[in-house]
Amino acid sequence: MYEFAYHKPSSVADAVKLLSADPEARPIAGGHTLLPALKHRLARPTALVDLSGIAELRGIRREGDKVVIGALARHAEVANSDAVKGAIPALARLAGTIGDVQVRNRGTLGGSVANNDPAADYPAAVLGLGATVVTDRRRIAADDFFTGMFSTALEPGELLVAIEFPIPEKAGYAKMKNPASRYVMTGAFVSRGPQGVRVAINGAGPCVFRQREMEAALAANWSPDAVANIRQSPDGLNSDIHGSAEYRAHLVTVMAKRAVADAG
Amino acid sequence: MPQVTLTVNGKKHTVEVEPRTLLVELLRETLRLTGTHVGCDTSQCGACVVHVNGDSVKSCTTLAVMCDGAEVTTIEGLARPDGTLHPMQEAFREYHALQCGFCTPGMVMSAIDLVQKNPQGLSEEEIRHGLEGNLCRCTGYHNIVKAIAAAQEVMHGRRKELARAAE
Repeated sequence: MYEFAYHKPSSVADAVKLLSADPEARPIAGGHTLLPALKHRLARPTALVDLSGIAELRGIRREGDKVVIGALARHAEVANSDAVKGAIPALARLAGTIGDVQVRNRGTLGGSVANNDPAADYPAAVLGLGATVVTDRRRIAADDFFTGMFSTALEPGELLVAIEFPIPEKAGYAKMKNPASRYVMTGAFVSRGPQGVRVAINGAGPCVFRQREMEAALAANWSPDAVANIRQSPDGLNSDIHGSAEYRAHLVTVMAKRAVADAG
Repeated sequence: MPQVTLTVNGKKHTVEVEPRTLLVELLRETLRLTGTHVGCDTSQCGACVVHVNGDSVKSCTTLAVMCDGAEVTTIEGLARPDGTLHPMQEAFREYHALQCGFCTPGMVMSAIDLVQKNPQGLSEEEIRHGLEGNLCRCTGYHNIVKAIAAAQEVMHGRRKELARAAE
């Protein structure tokens, strides 16, 4: 790793001030994506702004018809949270399948969503539930948040503070994991609720996306059979040593079926 | 340089670290606790697992400076001062759950966290699933799983002594 300075602010306002004053500074939460990137010298931040001392970023709570999860919530906390398990069990199950035990003990919701790795799990839940991303300065709908591979609507210096998940009637998630890395080859998060019927596909393309044809089919008939004959086009999907675009396109249908079955 | 104070195996240390110092580097190079290993250095293999505030974490992917105030337990902190092994260590020995031994410290630390957080008891499948973050290239995991299954009985007080391995 290259050298960097270290700051540990105790409020969101102070963190934003530090990040805004130095465009080359980066926030760090669990560090399970950032630290490997720094070790490979893929990034060279001048400073890391450690968010772990900011109480405002913590907490998981139910507020009426939504569950609000602070950006610093670790995957293990979301997986074991009674509030999440009771209101959106599919989200708790998803969190319990990210990486491995030790990754879940460090990695955070905010870090994963702000990073927007195409093979990450959480973006599928955020888009598939129609969640709202709350930052230090505004609220961003999931449909406007994920803008491309590793890119989001967050502006330089803008900090993700929490995510509000509307509580669905039904939700389910299924993924095909790469057997070595455990990253998502293709996954599907489906839900039916206040945000209508939503189908979000992760892992398959450069960025999580909604499968509108499947959404329409499920709105008419909520069952795995409804999506069984809908084919995803491989155009624009990822193709690499782990799988071709055609393979991932095939998996979109299979995972969507399984996700609907998971939702019940 | 920033100063960090952390309690390692019950002993308080205050040390100056560069911000880029990893927890595993602090443990191995500054405190000379070399039982914690670095295998892949990319947070996949689990040879570097230690407990930080009661959770198993990969110390190769944790900055030392972020552990200010933390309680850290390493493999060296498990046995009693008189040398009596922790039930998990004893089980690894009894069930021959190691060959080369490189992954063993991380395996034992992960296994203890897994058992402590599951007082209801773990099935063989749950143990295997719980070891996803630890790689062993010698044993095929079979004896590791047997050792953890036996150790949990002692750790949760359901047995006074470790069940002996079949002859």
